[in-house]
Amino acid sequence: MIRSENVTKQYGAKVALGGINMNIPKGSIYGLLGPNGAGKTSFIRIMNQITAPDSGNVYFGHRELEPSDIARIGYLPEERGLYKKMKVGEQVLYLAKLKGLSAAEAKSRAKEWFIRLEMESFWENKVEDLSKGMAQKVQFVTTVLHKPELLIFDEPFTGFDPINTNLIKKEIKRLNKEGATVIFSTHRMESVEEICDYIGLINYGEVMVEGPLLDIRRHYMNGTYAFTTKTEQPFTGMNILSRDHQHTGHTITIKSDQYPRDIIQQLADSNELLGFEEVLPSVSEIFIDIVQNGPKPKTYE
Amino acid sequence: MNSPILLIIQREFLTRIRKKTFLLMTLLAPVLLAAAMIVPSLLASMPEDDKMILVLDEPSILLPETGTEQFKLEYLNPGEFNLELAKQFLRESDKDALLYIPSGNGWDPDLIKKNILLYGKEDIGIDLQRFIERQLEEKINNQKLIQQGVDPKVVTQTKTQVSVKSFTLGEEDGNDETSATPLKMGLGYISGILIYFFIFFYAVQVMRGVIEEKTSRIVEVIISSVRPRQLMMGKILGIGLVGVVQFLIWVVLSGTIYTVVSTFIYPEIFAQQVSVGTDAPNLSQVDQSNIFNMIYSINFPLVLGGFVFYFFGGYFLYSALFAALGSAIDQEADSQQFMLPVTAPMIIAISTAMNIVQDPNGPIAFWMSMIPLTSPISMMVRIPFGVPVWQMALSASLLVGTFFGVVALAGKIYRVGILMYGKKVTWKELYKWLKY
Repeated sequence: MIRSENVTKQYGAKVALGGINMNIPKGSIYGLLGPNGAGKTSFIRIMNQITAPDSGNVYFGHRELEPSDIARIGYLPEERGLYKKMKVGEQVLYLAKLKGLSAAEAKSRAKEWFIRLEMESFWENKVEDLSKGMAQKVQFVTTVLHKPELLIFDEPFTGFDPINTNLIKKEIKRLNKEGATVIFSTHRMESVEEICDYIGLINYGEVMVEGPLLDIRRHYMNGTYAFTTKTEQPFTGMNILSRDHQHTGHTITIKSDQYPRDIIQQLADSNELLGFEEVLPSVSEIFIDIVQNGPKPKTYE
Repeated sequence: MNSPILLIIQREFLTRIRKKTFLLMTLLAPVLLAAAMIVPSLLASMPEDDKMILVLDEPSILLPETGTEQFKLEYLNPGEFNLELAKQFLRESDKDALLYIPSGNGWDPDLIKKNILLYGKEDIGIDLQRFIERQLEEKINNQKLIQQGVDPKVVTQTKTQVSVKSFTLGEEDGNDETSATPLKMGLGYISGILIYFFIFFYAVQVMRGVIEEKTSRIVEVIISSVRPRQLMMGKILGIGLVGVVQFLIWVVLSGTIYTVVSTFIYPEIFAQQVSVGTDAPNLSQVDQSNIFNMIYSINFPLVLGGFVFYFFGGYFLYSALFAALGSAIDQEADSQQFMLPVTAPMIIAISTAMNIVQDPNGPIAFWMSMIPLTSPISMMVRIPFGVPVWQMALSASLLVGTFFGVVALAGKIYRVGILMYGKKVTWKELYKWLKY
């Protein structure tokens, strides 16, 4: 859907992006992850053509990104807001028209969305009279109203209340099912694990790892195994990470350089073993791993 | 209609026009302006309270003056009073002030004039002080003349006032114009001040608008749809349009008021004036017809056209600067340190306007009306006097050229500034942004 080749951006002496290669597949929910200051927002602003890269190219579909593509992108920036003194309806229409919708089209779609999110009553209100949660809904509608093929959310869940967060997650999933490609940018890596199918991890303006989330987690498996047993087992001599006791069984997580074939055998023989799995690392664990040890070579290629 | 810059202009224009404050300002501004001109003269013409002044005139200089209606003089006997007693007397009396003229040693007017004292129960008004000074000056002058053996009457008779009739030499004989210098000075000065207020008022609105978009955080949403420069230009044009509409309303309004007043309320006064202007001058009306000749000697269409051009030129130039400024700061309170350097040229232009009206073709006038940051004001001050065409053309093209340059630079700062939050910006920082 959108792909970057060697994109660089420098602000004065500070390098924000040092040659970013990213490929966001069509139809994916893509997590653009990295700590604060990693270059996420700089990259997003380049995709939105708010700033131009110093060098490198961005491709939208099969051709280079063009100014007219703005109408095909919906962007919810981290710093968000609306004109406080403007009426909600007028404002939604204005922003939609800026994205190239005709007045009539904008109006009918806005009405649809206002009904769907149960916010018809605020149409005539001024934004300053809305509660924070209501304003967030309005903001979301302005992002998606022009049916963008690509949706970019920068830190979408900071500042949204839990009810709206769930509502918006639901709507985003629906839009994704209808064909929109979604990019989530966040430094809170745990927050997107459940919805993303692709991730790209960046730090200091460089891509550290990118690909399907599951593949990456598999690739970074680090010898963590979880056993669930009927009764509590000692596991002497093992590097134990955690123990968890439930009435359904006792779960113990260990770290081991080798596949723990002997323990499995032993527990199975004594009819103790209820479950066994090799634990996939979380994205933040992978991130810490990469920061400490560098990216893991792709052994499977 | 869906061009983004038109949409932005439309929004900027409509949100401002629909505000109640716009209507209020548009209607009230002429009233306030009129009040600002009328009230001081009204106040000045109001009669002050009469004052009674006690005079202890030891050398008998002022005697037997009795003062005027407003300032009445009443003499104390120098044989009975000294300064202390006279002050005491003032305190206990219902009189307002005490003038003390000591005799000093002998009768030396130059010594006396240095030691004259005036005491008031309250602050001495400027009028009273002037009145006393004038009286004393005249008396002492006369005394001196007499000492020199000159009759003061002779001096009075020989005083002469000269009033030269001045003309501006025309292209050919017969169309010399009556010189209208005082009128042109007034007109030039007023247009200069008006254009200053106009530029300043609307340019600051551009800055406010930019700050509003920045603090409400909507700006990033907008510039993901339009180019930052489109947003900036749309804002500048939209607000400029508000200015034009406001100006037009004022022109129409004052035209209407003039028509109504002249046809219905005081028709006879206006009729009289018009006849004076058109008919051959009557014997007694030479002076009045002179004023009308003066008015006719000013090229009003040029003044009006110049006003519109220089308003737009100056407004565009300054609003681009103010937009850049607004983008660099987070709230209006931070604008102070940057405002002064930006507005300094305008302030200099206003403060040199007096020099320019006195010498409208001198070097100050010339240079100030060429430098684009001052030319909108300074040229406006000069236009009523008539400016050579090449100077107008040069000044206008310098202004337009600079405008494009400034917009390019301001656009760069703006583009970076609107996305910067929570940073105290310095001049060095702004310079760096130019290169981003």
